[in-house]
Formats: sequence, C-alpha cells, structure tokens
Amino acid sequence: MADKINYKSVFFNPFSKDNPVVVQILGICSVLAVTAKLEPALVMGMSVIAVLAFANVIISLIRNTIPTNIRIIVQLVVVAGLVVIVDQLLKAYAYDVSKQLSVFIGLIITNCILMGRLEAFAMGNKPWPAFLDGVGNGIGYAIILVIVGFFRELFGSGTLMGYQVVPQSFYEAGYVNNGLMILPPMALIVVACVIWVHRSRNKELQEE
Amino acid sequence: MNKQSNIYTIVYIIVMVAAVGTALAFTAMSLRPKQVDNANADKMKQILASVRITPTPGEVTTDFEKYITAQFIVNEAGEKVGDNAFGVDVAAESKIKDAADRKLPVYECRIAENDVKYIIPVYGAGLWGPIWGYVSFDSDGSTIYGAYFAHQGETPGLGAEIEKAAFSDQFVGKQVFKGGAFYPIEVVKAGQKPADESDYVDGISGGTITSKGVGSMLDNCLTPYKAFLQTLSEK
Repeated sequence: MADKINYKSVFFNPFSKDNPVVVQILGICSVLAVTAKLEPALVMGMSVIAVLAFANVIISLIRNTIPTNIRIIVQLVVVAGLVVIVDQLLKAYAYDVSKQLSVFIGLIITNCILMGRLEAFAMGNKPWPAFLDGVGNGIGYAIILVIVGFFRELFGSGTLMGYQVVPQSFYEAGYVNNGLMILPPMALIVVACVIWVHRSRNKELQEE
Repeated sequence: MNKQSNIYTIVYIIVMVAAVGTALAFTAMSLRPKQVDNANADKMKQILASVRITPTPGEVTTDFEKYITAQFIVNEAGEKVGDNAFGVDVAAESKIKDAADRKLPVYECRIAENDVKYIIPVYGAGLWGPIWGYVSFDSDGSTIYGAYFAHQGETPGLGAEIEKAAFSDQFVGKQVFKGGAFYPIEVVKAGQKPADESDYVDGISGGTITSKGVGSMLDNCLTPYKAFLQTLSEK
C-alpha cells in the first residue's frame, strides 16, 4: 500500500460521515424489515457487525491468492458460509430472536454493505484495517437500525426491548399506540427523518 | 505460478468450497442437539400458552411435564391408538384429506387437582404462510378454555394480530356442541353473525384472509375430534 492508512478514520468514518445506511443508502431492505422492535434490530446489527468483520478479515487474508475472474464468487461463498454459521448459532442460543428474524439473517448475504466493503476495501487492504473497516461499517449500520427500531417500538407498541415504557395511565387517558409505526412504510419515513437530521447537521454532505 | 490460469481457478474454487462445506457441516452437527431442544421447548411453551400457563424461562420442560399429565393419539372414532402425541407432525396430518386416516394428538393437562383440560393442536394456512395453534377444552368436551395462535409471516398489525391475546381470548367460553350438533367456531367479520347457530368470534379488520384461514383451520382440524369430544361430554 502506497498510502498510509489512517486507522482512526477507517474505523470512525462509517459512523457518521460515510455511514452505509444514511449516506451510501445501502442495506435499506433489512432496515425496513427488522426494525419493528428494538431487540431484533440489535441482534441483526450485531450479526452484521460479526459477519462483516470476519468476512473482511478472511477476504483480506486471501486477497493475494484470489483469481480476479472469480473474486465475486469467492466473496459470496465466504459471506454465505459466515451467515449460515451465525444463523445456526442464533438458533442454538437465541431461539426466540432467530424466530423473529427468520429469513432476514439469511438475507444478510445479499446485504449490499457486505459486498460493497469486501470489494472496495478488503480486496486491497491488510487484515487489521479490513477488520476495523468491517466493524466500523457494521456499527454504522447497527446505529441506524437501533435508532429506527427505538422509535418504531416506542410509538408503535409503547414498549422498549419488550418492557412497557408508556405508562398505563396514558392509555387510560385515551392514548393509543400508532399502528402505522409497525408497518414497513414507516421504517422508510423514519430513515428519511434520520437522513434529514443527519444532513442538516453535516453541511459537507448537502448536495447543491 | 499463474494465478489467472484455468487450472488454478478450478483448483482454488474446489479447495475453497470443500473447506467452507466442512466448516458448515461441523457447525451444523455440533449445534443440532441444542437446536432441537430449543424447538421442542418452544412447542411446549405454545402448548402451555393455550391453557394460559407461562412456563418459567429455562424450565420449560419441567413445567411441561408437571402440567401435561398424559398425551395420546386418537382416531376419528375417538379411540386411543397411540401415546406419543408430541411426535405427531400436525402439519402433515392436517393435509390428509380423509379424516379417518389422520392421527389426532391430544394433550391432557392437569392445571389443578380435579381440573383437567384437553389440548388439541390445529394447523392451517394464512395469507402468506402457515398458521397454527392450540385449543384447550374443559373436561365437558365442549367449552373452550383457552386458545393460542401463531403464524409464520402474516402482515404485522393486520393478519399477525391473531397471535395477540385480544384475538385468542375471544374463544374462551365458546361451545362447540350446540344441541347435540358439532360446530367448530366460526370467524366472521365484526358485527356479522354466521348463518347457522354456531358460536363465533370477530375476525380482524384488514386481516380478512388470515381470519378466514383461522376459521377453516378450526373447521378442518377440530371436526375430526368430534367423536373424541363427545365421549368426554358423556363422561
């Protein structure tokens, strides 16, 4: 590598300035699907962090041996293998959550963030920065998932992590949960609100 | 070594697939017993939910054995033909057209001394995928004591509402025998009544197809138990 890599920016940029969800608009599909409650959002976030970090390290370790004409296939096989392992682990140790996440763990394979990071970063960098990049992007993704999950569960079900937070007296006074919040379209609108707040605070991201 | 040659590529992909395959096979094999335990514990939890018992987390099997004092398989004539109700694949059985060929599992649940409930599993189709549940009857064989429904992928907020207590609690106290005739509970649009005199519950607005699915699931899965429930009521 000719350029000196700034480890700090590799790790921290994806949190905000280069966030995979709100800036690069990748992985929106799963954001819509798993954020009706906070708990599956957290588990999904952690699963993506794990898969992304390990996939980045593995690809980075074997990057010099991969024949260029089949590199996408190699990346896919590595990701698919890791995702199946995560799925099996969840089924064994977090059965209830794996039931809620069901097919979406499998769909991590098709999450654009993964292929994007493998192709753009891990193929050309050493394992350690690749690991940081994977964890950073995973956390960037998880942050958005948790923010969206927080608002959707709070307003849609009146709970957080399954615990009642909206007091019973509110319901007696006529407050009702917003059923629209747990439907998929509201995830898009919440993500849009997050993007709006994020852009208004980061002048350099605003387009002309 | 030429990394772009065909030989290299083919050998590379074979080695990689073999390595990944071995790793996955190893993971699946070593986690299998734990996964089966989890799936069984989940099923036990659902069965107990139909008699409104929430087992202590981590002690599901103990609680299940405490409450479920007997389990058996009956046939359409109401005769006992086996005893491993837990091992019956209700999904497959519910698809057998001729009810006489079906194995019908029943769980006998003793929630208190002299208070026995009978739990019957049901399985059917919703809008997007399978729906299933457990219905428990009082020892008179006609009054529904409780019901539990679950689904695989019904629309959140609409069809998925069948798993909420607000829906399943409607079944409590309904009668399946009316003047000697058998009527599995109907699920109708709120405000409407079924054509015959069967007991009914309100379906879910916006979840019409799922609600209808629950209705036909009860029809398909409860009707074969008619003779069995009848013998209970004559006891």
